[in-house]
Amino acid sequence: MNDFSTAIETALSLIAKSDPKLRDIVLLSLRVSLTAAICAFVAGAPLGTALAIYRFPGKGASIVLANALLGLPPVVVGLVVYLILSRSGPLGSFGIMFTPAAMVIAQAALGIPIVIALVHRMTVDVWATYGDALLVDGASRLRAMIPIMLIARDGLLTAFLAAFGRAIAEVGAIIIVGGNIQGYTRTMTTAIALETSKGELSFALALGIILIILSMTVSALSLVFGRALTAR
Amino acid sequence: MNRWRHFFKASTVALLIAGAALASGRANAQEKSIVVASTTSTQDSGLFDYLLPIVKEKTGIVVKVLAQGTGQALDTARRGDADVVFVHAKSAEEKFLAEGFSVKRYPVMYNDFVLIGPKDDPADVKDNDILTALQTIKAKGVSFISRGDRSGTNIAELALWEEAGIDIANDKGPWYKEIGQGMGAALNMASATNAYVLSDRGTWLAFQNRGGLAIVVEGDKRLFNQYGVMLVNPAKYPSVKKDLGQQFIDWLISPEGQNVIGGYKINGRQLFYPNANDPNA
Repeated sequence: MNDFSTAIETALSLIAKSDPKLRDIVLLSLRVSLTAAICAFVAGAPLGTALAIYRFPGKGASIVLANALLGLPPVVVGLVVYLILSRSGPLGSFGIMFTPAAMVIAQAALGIPIVIALVHRMTVDVWATYGDALLVDGASRLRAMIPIMLIARDGLLTAFLAAFGRAIAEVGAIIIVGGNIQGYTRTMTTAIALETSKGELSFALALGIILIILSMTVSALSLVFGRALTAR
Repeated sequence: MNRWRHFFKASTVALLIAGAALASGRANAQEKSIVVASTTSTQDSGLFDYLLPIVKEKTGIVVKVLAQGTGQALDTARRGDADVVFVHAKSAEEKFLAEGFSVKRYPVMYNDFVLIGPKDDPADVKDNDILTALQTIKAKGVSFISRGDRSGTNIAELALWEEAGIDIANDKGPWYKEIGQGMGAALNMASATNAYVLSDRGTWLAFQNRGGLAIVVEGDKRLFNQYGVMLVNPAKYPSVKKDLGQQFIDWLISPEGQNVIGGYKINGRQLFYPNANDPNA
């Protein structure tokens, strides 16, 4: 149990000192994962809602696909993004391999299916309840999307948090496309992987404790803000 | 239309956060920086943590290190995703040169490999030469961890098995575990399972989770471990930052850089020995 008590002590003293290196890693993790979650949300929420509202051939298959992709392996996403962004890949000329932007792309790709599947699940009931009324009022399906999303906003917030949670906890994709470069693309999870490989197990666990605290704080703040923002 | 106002507020907040995130990302991109694909040993041993701040102070270059293992580092450079490679497997480096991905290899420094094993030495190989030690481990079927990742250490290990007259690819048993991970991970696993493992000395000295492990074989001249550095050929990839990359290499092999490398110590022990002046290294 010695490892655990040392880890907790180390975690507390790191937080108390607000160690500048640790602060940079924490800020980078937040910046990358929040940006990725926002991108995933902006792209995924309208798609998820459309999936609930519109009727089109292949709709059932699309829903199955979005749900199946919930289990998308991060390491495969990392590899695919790597092959696309690499200098020898189709988007190599942009030179964004091994940058925070590459990590955002990989994490957003992981988040989009989560947002689509959850938003679809949240909005499909709302549509069943209010859809006819909205259409009778003369709204087109396209114009009905915004009121539907607003009614389902609590569920949308959950979808956003799920995408953020996936992003902040993920290591397989970003270690490939970010490269775990100190002071540049080293996040909480890749730092934990590195410290583990250096045999600094207590320090790695201390970082893990901080990551969990961080993740809980973001979720709590989002819920509070979300509630304030959407209060009637 | 209260709902619309809330929606508008929410989107504004989201856009502000995204904008701030992108803006702070851009600030980083303007510094003088190069990407160096290197090995886990140079990172896990703490050399880069010590060296790179000095490089920045002396040359103004921010070095972004990818710690990947020699085989992967060379592949990263082959794809054009690094400016400089800093690795330790001369045969693989010469192949890289022959393929035209670099025009010149500079020897930088050396240290040595050590055979690590449980303190009570179940295979009874302590202080043997490395070839006898490997033959004994194989004969007795004692657990051995192999990096299995085409890293410099893995390449050296495979060459030693071959020199010991063992065709490890075909003769390995359940005692021989290829883990496909970095040096630190291999040491962690050896420590957890009481196995033998070949390590570079630098990573071993810096390693904190030794458990019951100790050095069992060292000092054999076959365990020599040479590091070299190469600029990726700008003719292959125009995106290579050739001036900054060359400046970094020139500093590493300069008397000043060599001195700094020789000055890296853990608990008073020197980890790397500069030898840029040795034309045969």
